[in-house]
Amino acid sequence: MTGHPDAVVVGAGIVGAACAEALGRAGLRVTVVERGAPAGATTASGEGNVLVSDKEPGPELELARSSLRRWPDVLRGAAAVAPDAPDPEWDPKGGLVAALDGGAEEPLTAFAAAQRAAGVDARAIGGDEARDLEPGLSPEAGAAVLYPQDAQLQPVAAATALLAAVRARGGRVRHGTAALGLVRGASGAVAGLRTDRGTIPCGAVVNACGPWSGDFSRLAGAPVDVRPRRGMVLVTAPLPPGTVRRKVYDADYVGAVGAGEADLRTSTVVESTHAGTVLIGSSRQRVGFDDTVRVEVLRAIARKAAALFPALARVPVMRAYGGFRPYTPDHLPVIGEDPRVPGLWHATGHEGAGVGLAAGTGHLLAALVTGAPADTDPHPFRVLRGEEDGRE
Amino acid sequence: MSAPPPVTIVGAGPAGLAAARAAASAGARVRLIDAEPSPGGQYLRGDALAGPHGGAAGQGAHVPDGAEHISDTEVWALEPLPGGGARLHLRSGPADGSGGARTADAPVLVLATGAHDRVLPFPGWDLPGVVTAGAAQALAKSQRTAIGRTAVVAGTGPFLLPVTRSLIGAGARVAAVLEANAPVSGWLRCAGGAAAGFGKFGELVGHTAVLARRRVPYRTRTAVIAAHGDGVLEAVTTVRLDPGWRPLPGTERTIAADALCLGFGFTPRLELAVAAGCATTGGFVRVDAAQATSAPGVFAAGEPTGIGGAALAAAEGEVAGTAAARACGHPVVAPLGALRRVRAGRRFAAALAAAHPLRPGWTRWPRDDTPVCRCEEVTLSDLHAAARSASGGRAFRLASRAGLGLCQGRVCGRNTAELIGLTDDDAQRFDRRPIAVPVRLGDLADGT
Amino acid sequence: MSEHLTVTVDGERATAVPGQTVAALLIGLGRRSWRTTRGDGRPRGVFCGIGVCFDCLVVVNGEPDVRACRRRVADGDAIRVQHGAETPS
Repeated sequence: MTGHPDAVVVGAGIVGAACAEALGRAGLRVTVVERGAPAGATTASGEGNVLVSDKEPGPELELARSSLRRWPDVLRGAAAVAPDAPDPEWDPKGGLVAALDGGAEEPLTAFAAAQRAAGVDARAIGGDEARDLEPGLSPEAGAAVLYPQDAQLQPVAAATALLAAVRARGGRVRHGTAALGLVRGASGAVAGLRTDRGTIPCGAVVNACGPWSGDFSRLAGAPVDVRPRRGMVLVTAPLPPGTVRRKVYDADYVGAVGAGEADLRTSTVVESTHAGTVLIGSSRQRVGFDDTVRVEVLRAIARKAAALFPALARVPVMRAYGGFRPYTPDHLPVIGEDPRVPGLWHATGHEGAGVGLAAGTGHLLAALVTGAPADTDPHPFRVLRGEEDGRE
Repeated sequence: MSAPPPVTIVGAGPAGLAAARAAASAGARVRLIDAEPSPGGQYLRGDALAGPHGGAAGQGAHVPDGAEHISDTEVWALEPLPGGGARLHLRSGPADGSGGARTADAPVLVLATGAHDRVLPFPGWDLPGVVTAGAAQALAKSQRTAIGRTAVVAGTGPFLLPVTRSLIGAGARVAAVLEANAPVSGWLRCAGGAAAGFGKFGELVGHTAVLARRRVPYRTRTAVIAAHGDGVLEAVTTVRLDPGWRPLPGTERTIAADALCLGFGFTPRLELAVAAGCATTGGFVRVDAAQATSAPGVFAAGEPTGIGGAALAAAEGEVAGTAAARACGHPVVAPLGALRRVRAGRRFAAALAAAHPLRPGWTRWPRDDTPVCRCEEVTLSDLHAAARSASGGRAFRLASRAGLGLCQGRVCGRNTAELIGLTDDDAQRFDRRPIAVPVRLGDLADGT
Repeated sequence: MSEHLTVTVDGERATAVPGQTVAALLIGLGRRSWRTTRGDGRPRGVFCGIGVCFDCLVVVNGEPDVRACRRRVADGDAIRVQHGAETPS
């Protein structure tokens, strides 16, 4: 042991890994604590989306654009200090959003125009041009928007690479270690993290527990409202390269991301992976931490995917998996210091966009911790914003 | 009062058929779901070909009168029902075709899903011509087809003998039978009283006699550790093993063969039981004396509860079928004979298993470039690289891609777990397969 | 009655028996492999023989990823080798 860490990040998913990597790059001594295996929960269930296409103009889009700019450099930097880590398969493949019926065309076009005004590369194209780009796309698709900036990476490999960089810079990653609560000094500020393997003295603790952030925040004595929202994805048998070229989704996607109901919502997202499989998502459902696979959910996903990509109807589905997204009532991440407990920071609540927002979140968190300038306005992501609003 | 629910049985092998007969004779309606066109499973497989001797179920593969035999049907997903039992998602019709999807609720369910051969990896084990013992057996028994002209049979366990006999029956020459353990004295000694009166013993003696008559060399403490050929199997390298299965240098021999049939015991088919919520212990479904699992309304019989062969499976099936009929509300008589046969069978199975363990020396057979996961072509060195970067769990599987192909880790799961030293929890992940058999997207979409 | 089935295997006519699996038909025709892996292009044929391993995949009537060991031959089937990953035609 070479002295105590400056900061302990709780949670070794993609957001925790990105925060730890950014803090380490900023010169802090970092320890990451993970109760299970790194990148083994929400991160291992994700599709690896790094998207601007599904974000309406506003703070989340700004964080997404910051993240999109940073991901390639962050991954290159990590590979430079930890060259043996796995390849995160960064792929700026672009996204294509298709309107399957006439009624969806106008809202999609309007949405894209607003994004363009906010600086997103969003190109409205016709159905035939869309089918030239994606030959498997439904003949029903009458209009589409092409988003060349959308990218994909392999989230487990990316998190693994970032954690390898943390270690390479002298940090530690302690998996199989559960965080139990904080140690607080006389002033009330954080003085350490209690774990099931002893106390780690430190001046800052970062809550990056994803869907379990609400639980940890209660253990830390500073509750934030982050809840699990179940999602399921289908995986096809490997298909030839080029079957699905971009991330292709139905124009109704945005509506589901914004919805807060417990009811099942599905929106069609189809994309291939480097391994040749095609991932077909996805559902959103508030069922707590119930991880039962529900065929009715899989069916709803399959039905809409077959409508969007009729060519996939005879392709075998070989796996289905689910995960939990960290959901906040206002659909914005929580990033910043907790005003109730100095030294407790949160970086959570990214719902289904954690991979896409992680690089920007790491940058923003490290800037806030060290007092360096940030390229994103942190105010919309502040802790306790709902409570403030309630008092106003 | 509504009519009692039927007893639904998945799998028409010895366990499922015995369950069907027991449930039917207790007065229950019986639905027997099976992937094959005719009943029998792997053990009671009949000759499937049309012709004077063909198109028949295997001897002893009798579906009771009145039972609904739902053949050519795979269960591709299973969901627990709130009141007990499970909802089965089925697809009927030509294997891996399109169409034929439907759903059936089974408030009382017997899972008799059997097992498949375990094969250990070594250089060349993915060459065409290298097959499981079960493949050779299935082709010989139901398709009158010999997998090759000259075969070597290798592995461990009593199953090697009937496979050898079937190969000879199908017209192949068996160049050698290689048993990695030294078990004959082992099971003669250990089985003791347990073997008395148990059918399997006499059967094994019969197989041995056929081998002797055909002068098939039978070697113990010997294994195949390499298969050679240009795109197809031409020869194998055999080696003597020490008691821990480490190859003894200098004992290599080459045998020309165009078929190599491998069996290192069996892996239970657990995915439906896991989906039903049945608790497992040591890689097998936990059952009580009535073959009830921890999941309400779900019974299990045969290899998923422990590898024990057809006679034990049939005895367990009889117990499970009786208990399932009782769960449906039918008065039953305790199947005392079957319960006794289950106890005796488990003793015998334990003795056989003790005589045919897998010894850790096998982990030295694969080389760095040997594929361990055949679907995703993941080599031993790929596995080690993934294990260095990912500490376990889903991250390890995604990093290595082992078990992420179409077979979903059925072939490589346990081998990977032992080669890498995965925790029990991580090893059990390979048995979680919410989609038990691939289903075409349109069929998934169309179901009700 | 023992009628025969007429099929094509890689475009050539072949005769099968009702009840025969595609794998048994192909082995009977002297074939040992009928699939190449999508990574290294290695040849594969029957391995587990009972529908578990998905190594013996073949294309039947334009539909890929069909287990030859489980699929029964039907009259008129067009059977061909599967090269790596394929999409239905």
